[in-house]
Amino acid sequence: MEKRLANWGNYPAMSCDETTFSQEEQVQDFISTHSSVIARGNGRCYGDASLAQHSVSTLKYDKVLAFDITNGVFECQSGITLDQILDIIVPQGWFLPVTPGTKFITVGGAVASDVHGKNHHVDGSFSGHIIDMDVITGNKETITCSASIHPDLFWATCGGMGLTGIITRVRFGLKKINTAYIRQKQIKARNLEDLIRLFEEYKDYTYSMAWIDCLQKGDSFGRGILIVGEHATPDELSEQQRKAPLQLAAKRKLSVPFNLPSFVLNTLTVKAFNWLYYLKNTKREINNVIPYEPFFYPLDAILHWNRGYGKAGFVQYQFVLPLEKKEGLVAILQKISDAGLGSFLAVLKVFGKQDSLISFPMEGYTLALDFPVRKGLFEFLDKLDEIVLQYGGRLYLSKDARMKQEVFWQSYPNAQKFADIIKTYNGTKLFRSVQSDRLLLTE
Amino acid sequence: MPTVLILGAGSDMAVAIARQFASNKYDIQLAARNVASLSALEQDLHIRYGVTASTHTFDATDFTSHAAFYTALPQPPDVTISVFGYLGSQERGQSDWNEAARILHTNYTGAVSVLNIIADEYAARGAGTIVGISSVAGERGRQSNYLYGSAKAGFTAYLSGLRNRLFHKGVHVLSVQPGFVYTRMTENMKTPAPLTAQPQDVAKDVYNAVKAKKNVIYTKWFWRYIMLIIKSIPEGIFKKLKL
Repeated sequence: MEKRLANWGNYPAMSCDETTFSQEEQVQDFISTHSSVIARGNGRCYGDASLAQHSVSTLKYDKVLAFDITNGVFECQSGITLDQILDIIVPQGWFLPVTPGTKFITVGGAVASDVHGKNHHVDGSFSGHIIDMDVITGNKETITCSASIHPDLFWATCGGMGLTGIITRVRFGLKKINTAYIRQKQIKARNLEDLIRLFEEYKDYTYSMAWIDCLQKGDSFGRGILIVGEHATPDELSEQQRKAPLQLAAKRKLSVPFNLPSFVLNTLTVKAFNWLYYLKNTKREINNVIPYEPFFYPLDAILHWNRGYGKAGFVQYQFVLPLEKKEGLVAILQKISDAGLGSFLAVLKVFGKQDSLISFPMEGYTLALDFPVRKGLFEFLDKLDEIVLQYGGRLYLSKDARMKQEVFWQSYPNAQKFADIIKTYNGTKLFRSVQSDRLLLTE
Repeated sequence: MPTVLILGAGSDMAVAIARQFASNKYDIQLAARNVASLSALEQDLHIRYGVTASTHTFDATDFTSHAAFYTALPQPPDVTISVFGYLGSQERGQSDWNEAARILHTNYTGAVSVLNIIADEYAARGAGTIVGISSVAGERGRQSNYLYGSAKAGFTAYLSGLRNRLFHKGVHVLSVQPGFVYTRMTENMKTPAPLTAQPQDVAKDVYNAVKAKKNVIYTKWFWRYIMLIIKSIPEGIFKKLKL
């Protein structure tokens, strides 16, 4: 059905013809009668990666196929979302091996973006936990692949933005937990220097990330709060929690009912928010035990929070810089602070080593920033791209809506290899998106 | 645990209904023509909700097979939900009898054939619930889908009569009149968003109506009033409308 679609950033929005399927034959039929198509999950990538004139929604292809409770192995169709999986596995003492900051993404999307989480420095990205998966490729054949079977297809599909085909089935390993709670520690950092030192000091924690106030100048430049955590053990829980350590009480969700006017988020309100957020932690260090949901998914508690940026939408700018290029981080934060383009949400994380074909993470610092779409923004981001390139970094394709193609080709060292594998499995350019055309991967 | 039989278990609405009942601890019997297509759903229901699910071959238009199909079930179900339907092509059906027959036989004759058998067994048992998913399209014939609509009209009348007969035997019959629902069946139709339900909404309404022993429900609820208005348009005006 023809409808107006946009992903999470509400930019860009376009008219798309989207179909659904619940049986593999149905999607086979669809791709046999269309010359171009892209798979789309829950639309939680931010930009144009899953937008195309024709898209196939995987959301109804959402069956759980197997769950080995003894060994922690989960097998499912690609359209199931992580929140549904958590509801099934957490009560049995298992957790996702890797989860991004929202649980409202599909497994297919997790693979196509090769998502990372707060534990990247310990557990790597999602692809490292996949046992095998099925992909319908350009010749309409379903191919089972893994790190050892059709490894070229496997590695080009992990982080490959759906350009090798439609992911239909995924089998992956889970992480054992004893409770549904996280032992959390929050430490305030006076400035960026302090924050980076804290990351180093607390690197043995499984989960870590930091929130940054990117509008501060001078001595407080880059001040923030480091948040680290571990899955709590039963003896760390309160008596009440210990009665059912793997069960969480259902919580009411808030929702932003409509697009807020775009003036709501301006330098002043962002400043005020950041100020309050920093000062709410009155002590330098806070330790507590909290349910896993607010720890991993603080923003999921507010449905449609993306509407806060207004009708014009926003882009999330997430880049990574190599570990030794800390000064690049300073340069970029300086530019943002100078331009007064404060991001409501700025999240910093240190990635561990990663060896993959086209996935985003590499050892270094990654920073994610939200910017409402407005006049002059894209020119400003082009300038930031130059700094990212200069320091040997790159941008996350799942957040991208505007990067110039040369930035992609210069920053991803395996871009050509990736393009070659796409040619092998998707030679007729059956699978293509607005993004892949923009980046000249399918043009 | 109580058991529910879902006839036509391959559709989006059937998946939602199966999950709704399974989440309330019903064992599920899934029946459809292509039984292989049900195995993923069978696993899904078992793993998500810890219930027993089974799959069974059922062809709505193979009338002579219906008795054997029903007696072969591992146990007689407490609730039977007839979900199967075929929208077909009105235009093709006007001149191609095969298409017209398929529409009529799937939506009406097939449903009558299988529910006759189940109704007799429930009547003899003095217990059970029969749910028929009909359609608001059966409430007034329109040029755009009167083959489908007339078959559903027949089905609605059948359910009403069945309810009248079985009430005296302690058997509950529920008629469900859905309006627009987002499913594969309606994927190529432009349906107005505020009037269109998700399959999960329909499933919840069906489950609640079974529990509350309702007779006739519309889903979403306001379709009762939309249809009231549509039915009250004088025929002289109605025939001139492009509907």
